[in-house]
Amino acid sequence: MEITAQTAKELRLTEEEFELIKQKLGRTPNFTELCSFSAMWSEHCSYKNSIKWLKTLPREGGRMLVAAGEENAGLMDMGNGYGVVFKIESHNHPSAIEPFQGAATGVGGIQRDIFTMGARPIASLNSLRFGNLKDKKTQRLLAGVVHGIGHYGNCFGVPTVGGEVYFEDCYHTNPLVNAMSVGIVKVGKTISATAEGIGNPVFFVGSATGKDGIGGASFASANITEESTEELPAVQVGDPFQEKKLLEACLEVIDTGAVVGMQDMGAAGIICSTAEMSAKGGVGMRIDLDKVPTRQQNMKAWELLLSESQERMLIVVEKGKEEAVLKVFEKWDLSASNIGEVTGDGLLKFYMHGELEAEIPAYELVLGGGAPQYTREYKEPAYLEKIKAFDANSIKDIDAADLKGVAEQIIQIPNIASKRWVYVQYDSMVGAANTSTNAPSDAAVILAKGTGKALTVTVDCNSRYVHAEPYTGGMIAVAEAARNIVCSGGEPLGVTNCLNFGNPYDPEVYYQFVKAVTGMGDACRKFNTPVTGGNVSFYNQNPDGPVYPTPTIGMVGVIDEFTNRMTMDYKEAGDVIVLIGEQQDDIASSEYLHKVKGVEYSPAPHFDIDEEFGVQKFVASIIKDKLVKSAHDISEGGLLVTLLEKGFNRNLGFEVKADSDIRTDAYWFGEAQSRVVVTVSKDKAEELQHKAAAAGIPATILGSVSNGSIKVNGTDWGSIEAWKEKYDTAIEKIISAN
Amino acid sequence: MKFGVVVFPGSNCDRDMQDALQYDLNKEVIMLWHKEKDLSMFSTEDCIVLPGGFSYGDYLRCGAIARFSPMMQSVIDFANRGGKVLGVCNGFQILCESHLLPGVLLQNAHQQFVCKNIYMKNGDGRALKIPVAHGEGRFYADEKTLYELEENDQVIFRYCDEKGTVNAGSNPNGAIRSIAGISNRAGNVWGMMPHPERATSAALGNQDGLEVFKILELYGTVAAEKQELATAL
Repeated sequence: MEITAQTAKELRLTEEEFELIKQKLGRTPNFTELCSFSAMWSEHCSYKNSIKWLKTLPREGGRMLVAAGEENAGLMDMGNGYGVVFKIESHNHPSAIEPFQGAATGVGGIQRDIFTMGARPIASLNSLRFGNLKDKKTQRLLAGVVHGIGHYGNCFGVPTVGGEVYFEDCYHTNPLVNAMSVGIVKVGKTISATAEGIGNPVFFVGSATGKDGIGGASFASANITEESTEELPAVQVGDPFQEKKLLEACLEVIDTGAVVGMQDMGAAGIICSTAEMSAKGGVGMRIDLDKVPTRQQNMKAWELLLSESQERMLIVVEKGKEEAVLKVFEKWDLSASNIGEVTGDGLLKFYMHGELEAEIPAYELVLGGGAPQYTREYKEPAYLEKIKAFDANSIKDIDAADLKGVAEQIIQIPNIASKRWVYVQYDSMVGAANTSTNAPSDAAVILAKGTGKALTVTVDCNSRYVHAEPYTGGMIAVAEAARNIVCSGGEPLGVTNCLNFGNPYDPEVYYQFVKAVTGMGDACRKFNTPVTGGNVSFYNQNPDGPVYPTPTIGMVGVIDEFTNRMTMDYKEAGDVIVLIGEQQDDIASSEYLHKVKGVEYSPAPHFDIDEEFGVQKFVASIIKDKLVKSAHDISEGGLLVTLLEKGFNRNLGFEVKADSDIRTDAYWFGEAQSRVVVTVSKDKAEELQHKAAAAGIPATILGSVSNGSIKVNGTDWGSIEAWKEKYDTAIEKIISAN
Repeated sequence: MKFGVVVFPGSNCDRDMQDALQYDLNKEVIMLWHKEKDLSMFSTEDCIVLPGGFSYGDYLRCGAIARFSPMMQSVIDFANRGGKVLGVCNGFQILCESHLLPGVLLQNAHQQFVCKNIYMKNGDGRALKIPVAHGEGRFYADEKTLYELEENDQVIFRYCDEKGTVNAGSNPNGAIRSIAGISNRAGNVWGMMPHPERATSAALGNQDGLEVFKILELYGTVAAEKQELATAL
């Protein structure tokens, strides 16, 4: 067939890109080669429209052991000779079309990124976004995604310890499914995704290759339209049992000392793993595609190169040590095939039936090599005018008599209510290391067995704040993650991010991207939490428009002494409830304003990064001093939701009074940042206030913990059990109502 | 008394069981690979544990393939000689498939996987808080089998609420007569859906699992209960 610019266009390459490919090869590519470029230069693999701004993030420093983007996942020093490996990745597009397999393979993919580095995954998290929960389509997507995550994670045997679920109309067509995994490895025992040593054999291990997932990377690099369902073959199918065996076999094979480099096959399958490993090692590979085990007959070269069949790895083995490798995979009943060797010419050469099917310099395919990098234009979105025009005075404050009713409404908003319906479907306890099951905290606290330490992990992003003010919203996402870690007694170590945005060719969308990334970067510098890596997902857009800009932050912290772990719940009646940080006359972008008052456009809530930093530093110090018995930050739903959530675990109530001249709704439901509610025993309340005064941090006594009854401003609000019942069952009621 | 923990390729609670037995119960543990057959290092006073997980993927009926593994042949023989065998979750499913225990484990009544703390009790004992995590844990047997199980005191655990009351609301999977665990007639083979190994450490904030091992007389003295946080870490 003749290869033209039109062929390139059909493969989602632009005319300019086609010219560039011809220039780089010095000839017109054949179809297989063009397919390879199409996959490797897709947004998903090449970051061509984002890398310029990603480079502005703090990508080294702190306790980082490898620079961002160098390996499959971030690696940080957690002390005692151990490293923590973590990464978050999106699987939005497949999940929109086939929620069960889409989400399942998202979980599988991120686990491989962790164990391909030689680390054993110990915790999974996820961040999910859907449309209105009352909508039948949303319920189908939610059920499918949750089932898929559970199906894969539960069998694979890594506990799902945390996450977030939001429901907003903008995600109706484009749900977001972001999966994160965290693993542990001995420092110095990691394996690099590199190919070295001319003549070393290249092994293909794990599942056989089929036609599933062909073009997945480029599929994920386009808007979702009505025709997208026709791309169903672009969705992969997962087999968690196979992956569990692959995990154990890969960790065992590393111990043989025979492994030179290893990389999992995710997006763009064989072509991506061979190209990236070769480019990194400055070598080439000669690959015999006939030797790749297949599960379908008559697969063509381009299909083999692009297939995204799951549970596969590429391993470069030290020549002469092949037997040791084969033995391990035989033990685990996994296939391992020698499919080629490392060469010195920097070329990827793929053969089939003795014919050379493709010959491409590995360097030209990859990010940081020949892949294009674009500077995109951006301009302030028109809707921001509406946000700036918001006037809180136009919103009538709530009357004292209505306060309880509004509170009942707010704790049953799906974004705020318990996500019990979701998380009971995940095995959150396998590994016997998740301490948060019986002792809840703002970020999950996981024992890192064998290291003498615990890790605390969280995912956070309030995308309405980012939509309202991309720069501030980006900062808040990082700040909230750090606050959750600090409130759990941890020291924030580093960040992995999943940047979910609309179409980057839309200047207004790109403005959101640029500003949000800038805000994140500034916040990460402030909290000394470098960005270790992550993933960009553009094109979360449909004919009705883009999703809210959603830069999901995954953060990992370390707890050196487990006894410094902090939990969120009230411990004892009579304890004093203290607010650290300042109440603000601010209802902007709150769930209250958006869902109860129906206001779509308002600024991000009050946020000042220095104030935030001061509050976090102070909270960390009083936890370390063992002064407080609980700590829980104020987030969606405001102060009242925080007070209630602190009571649910032990069925303890509270008695509080508003002592302020700010708006009633702002006092109880405002979402101003940098506020944490702690409890102290009565005899230590004074000490806490002294310390706060000395540190220049506001600390206000709100009231005290009760045996189970709730009293607000002197009015009886009933029992904590009754509130818990509403909070726990709100989502279940909506789902079963249909 | 020592323990053997069988490792199937898809076992994922094998290490948790090993940790609980070694660190929290101070027992000697030997890990047993499913392709092996040798149990000669165990006497019938010892206990073989089939841990939770997805033995062979469990895409067919859970435990249906594991039953035919080489190690299971030896375990079946060991049990028939009077050796102690404990199956937890997937291990319970395997014991039923192997006919070492009566009944079957069906898909949960609400057709969803469930992972949470539940309460269960042995006879009139106190309610124990123990985690469950399964999609197919609804115990079922015919009337005749149920009659025999109850007549011979083979129902070792029933789901109950925090106060020890057995009722429909506290049954996490719709198991018939709220059955969470049973033994064989001879009393040397036990199966249960809840995971006691996930509730044996102070760091996890729940040690009710130790009570389970005591009830099965697999624990020994109460003195061993004292444990340092450091062991779990």
